[in-house]
Amino acid sequence: MVAAPAAAAMAEAAAAPLPPAKSEARNLNFFYGSFQALKRISMPIYENQVTALIGPSGCGKSTFLRCFNRMHDLYPGNRYDGEILLYPDSTNVLSPAVDPIEVRMRISMVFQKPNPFPKSIFENVAYGLRVRGERSRREIEDRVEDALRGAALWDEVKGRLHQLAFNLSGGQQQRLCIARALATKPEMLLFDEPTSALDPIATASIEELMHNLKKDVTILIVTHNMQQAARVSDYTAYMYLGEMMEFGETDRLFMKPKRKETEDYITGRFG
Amino acid sequence: MISESHVNGAPAMPAIHVSERLARRKLRHVKERIIEFMLLLAALVSVATTVGIVVILLKESIVFFRVVPLGDFLTDTQWTPLFADAHYGIMPLLSGTLVSSAVALLVAIPLGTIIAIYLSEFAPFSVREVAKPFLEMLGGVPTIVYGYFALLFVTPLLQKLIPGLPGFNLLSAGLVMGIMIIPYVSSVSEDAMRAVPMALREGSYAMGATRFQTAIRVVTPAAFSGIAAAYILGISRAVGETMILAVAAGMQPNLTWNPLEPAATITAYIVQVALGDLPHGSIAYQTIFAAGLTLALLTLAFNMLGHVLRRRFRQAY
Amino acid sequence: MSRAAKIEEVRALIAAHKRWDVAFSLLGLTALMIGVLTFLALFGQMVIDGAPRLSWDFFTHFPSRKPDQAGILSAWVGSTLVMLVTAAAAVPLGVGSGIYLEEYAPRNWITDIIEINVTNLAGVPSIIYGLLALGLFVYGFGLGQSILTAGLTLGLLILPIVIVATREAIRSIPAAIREGAYALGATKWQVTSNHILPYSLPGILTGVIIGMARAIGETAPVITIGALTFIAFLPPAPFTGDPPAGLFDWLLSPFTVMPIQMFNWTSRPEAAFHHNAAAAGLVLVVMTLSMNAIAIYIRYRLRKNIKW
Repeated sequence: MVAAPAAAAMAEAAAAPLPPAKSEARNLNFFYGSFQALKRISMPIYENQVTALIGPSGCGKSTFLRCFNRMHDLYPGNRYDGEILLYPDSTNVLSPAVDPIEVRMRISMVFQKPNPFPKSIFENVAYGLRVRGERSRREIEDRVEDALRGAALWDEVKGRLHQLAFNLSGGQQQRLCIARALATKPEMLLFDEPTSALDPIATASIEELMHNLKKDVTILIVTHNMQQAARVSDYTAYMYLGEMMEFGETDRLFMKPKRKETEDYITGRFG
Repeated sequence: MISESHVNGAPAMPAIHVSERLARRKLRHVKERIIEFMLLLAALVSVATTVGIVVILLKESIVFFRVVPLGDFLTDTQWTPLFADAHYGIMPLLSGTLVSSAVALLVAIPLGTIIAIYLSEFAPFSVREVAKPFLEMLGGVPTIVYGYFALLFVTPLLQKLIPGLPGFNLLSAGLVMGIMIIPYVSSVSEDAMRAVPMALREGSYAMGATRFQTAIRVVTPAAFSGIAAAYILGISRAVGETMILAVAAGMQPNLTWNPLEPAATITAYIVQVALGDLPHGSIAYQTIFAAGLTLALLTLAFNMLGHVLRRRFRQAY
Repeated sequence: MSRAAKIEEVRALIAAHKRWDVAFSLLGLTALMIGVLTFLALFGQMVIDGAPRLSWDFFTHFPSRKPDQAGILSAWVGSTLVMLVTAAAAVPLGVGSGIYLEEYAPRNWITDIIEINVTNLAGVPSIIYGLLALGLFVYGFGLGQSILTAGLTLGLLILPIVIVATREAIRSIPAAIREGAYALGATKWQVTSNHILPYSLPGILTGVIIGMARAIGETAPVITIGALTFIAFLPPAPFTGDPPAGLFDWLLSPFTVMPIQMFNWTSRPEAAFHHNAAAAGLVLVVMTLSMNAIAIYIRYRLRKNIKW
């Protein structure tokens, strides 16, 4: 990314047309019971780009992420208010009329701690396909191989696809979870601090993966590691105490933050 | 291990005070050791119990097997130790035990598992709060009461459905035994399922799975070792049950694999003999120990199987 | 395939899968209802058959050949006395074992053997305890077919229950409390008797009550040691009778207990005796269920009150 600063400056100067949005949050509020965790969040998620959410602990970035695939529905007492639109059909993901299962078939998630199922490597990746009723054995095998290649795991596991996933290392398990999420060809992929439980080498391999994946999926990633956000993302949003403080192109945000709060966080004055 | 944590006397104390203190200390130390020893003895009672069971069963059985060859015991198809023409084949009693247990498990395992999955993954909080104490109650009813129920309610009911069903039969006893075992199977299975971390379920839901798909494809396999332990517990309980069978299945040894007939189980036989006169040292007295030994070995085999299964499939979360 | 058609297909698929959700919920409720209905039928049967027989006479008469004159006096007295011995055996041994295993036991092979034994014994069928008692207590120690033997047998039977309850109660006491007591210079036994035991008392009590509820309903081991099924007298109370009975003569007396009385009546062909059996069963069920309920209540209050 050596040419980035110059490119960013040029982009700013030329006011280049923005990429199409894959999704957009509009005036999103979220309540855990009576506690308001998200306040009037509005921001775009651009298609085939990596958008990062950063901010100190408790700022609501994971809460925001989990709104996209209606994960909060699993627990009682939560309430959404506002919209998250999914393009091109402008479906409001948060509407009670929209089935969360349908949403989750379009938007997949990778979790903080790798959570492979107690099944074989093959069956883990095939899970999403089977849940969708896919029966053709050829089709499943092809899609599993594609997904494992996409997650840069195929070469390491192709000889032991039917062994238990638990036997893989931490980094491999996380790539397996990525393959599992990719197998169903989602439109958007959510990453919730995907490398915080991994060692630096595994982290690097997953960051490289994200760079390759974005040409096929739109990526939204939550990270508490600012350097990771700077390395990996095209756009960054800084959140603080449930509010969206600033959103913009990553390079511009890190070099010339518009708000003082953003600058304080980035320069390490707190957090 | 801390047995004494007093701070030593200050150096400036005169000698006589120090030795007085030390003497008191020694006494307290002795007292502590005695108490610890007594507690150890209490704990060793469980070991003594097991040893006692093994010794008694073996001792009396050895006497028995001096009279009755092991081959006859295992292969003779009649069990008539109190007759003039006495036969000592364990098969009739074993068949009674196995058939009644099979009937019971055909009821308890499916129902228990379904209830466990339902309570763990589907049921709203209110249903669970009522169901759990209720299941505990079901498991707390004395087995003689279940026996009464089997003989005087279930059997007449079944006789209307199955004409010709004898008053004593294994089916009735087995069904009631099955209901009695449901709480054992369901509570251990449910505990195993609740121990599966939420992260696994989230992973499944995030893939677009429904509640049923998540429960069956992810949670139940993850809890497999605990569920297997629950099944083994149920089997042990069924094999060892006495009163329901003594009351409702009759006490006539009968080599049969048909649950519609009356038969005696190993346990019911022991009760039958105990109800009569038991001259100490007679062959009849020894038969109950031989039967008891068979039962103990059966139960031990199942318990060990359960242990092995749990070791092999335990997933550490 | 057009986008709209694809979305329709996906929606139909999800709807089909969700039908499984509904179907399984219904299945689960049905399974629960089978259990509920069975219990209601059982309890209802007891009440219908037995409640009319419940009367003061029923509780104060001995069993008799005439069903309408028979009562459970010897049975419930016998049960009560046996329970006394059971508690006297199980509580000190069980609590003592629990304390030893949690507070004193070093991590060595002896401790392992003890723990394996406790787990094992919980799975031993109750009739085998009867056989053990027959060989060991009745003939081995010569205690005869007496209340003492029955009490010891049932005490051993419920020992694992008491041990496990004690251990769990002790384990829930935070280390900070213990450390605080030791830091003040207390000895191990002082910490145990002044702190550990009092705080774990509700949990221990719960376990003891559940164990006793189990012991009251046990029939097989008591029959095996030779409790008689037709007893028309009471064990001798201390200092009564002519010549006056000793303080502990009742321990060695023949006896019967409630479940055996019910078994005896159930085994008779006359329907009238079946009513007696139902009445006895009703008393038994009410006793065991209320004991279990008390134990559950204590456990509930314990969880509410103690916030470490």
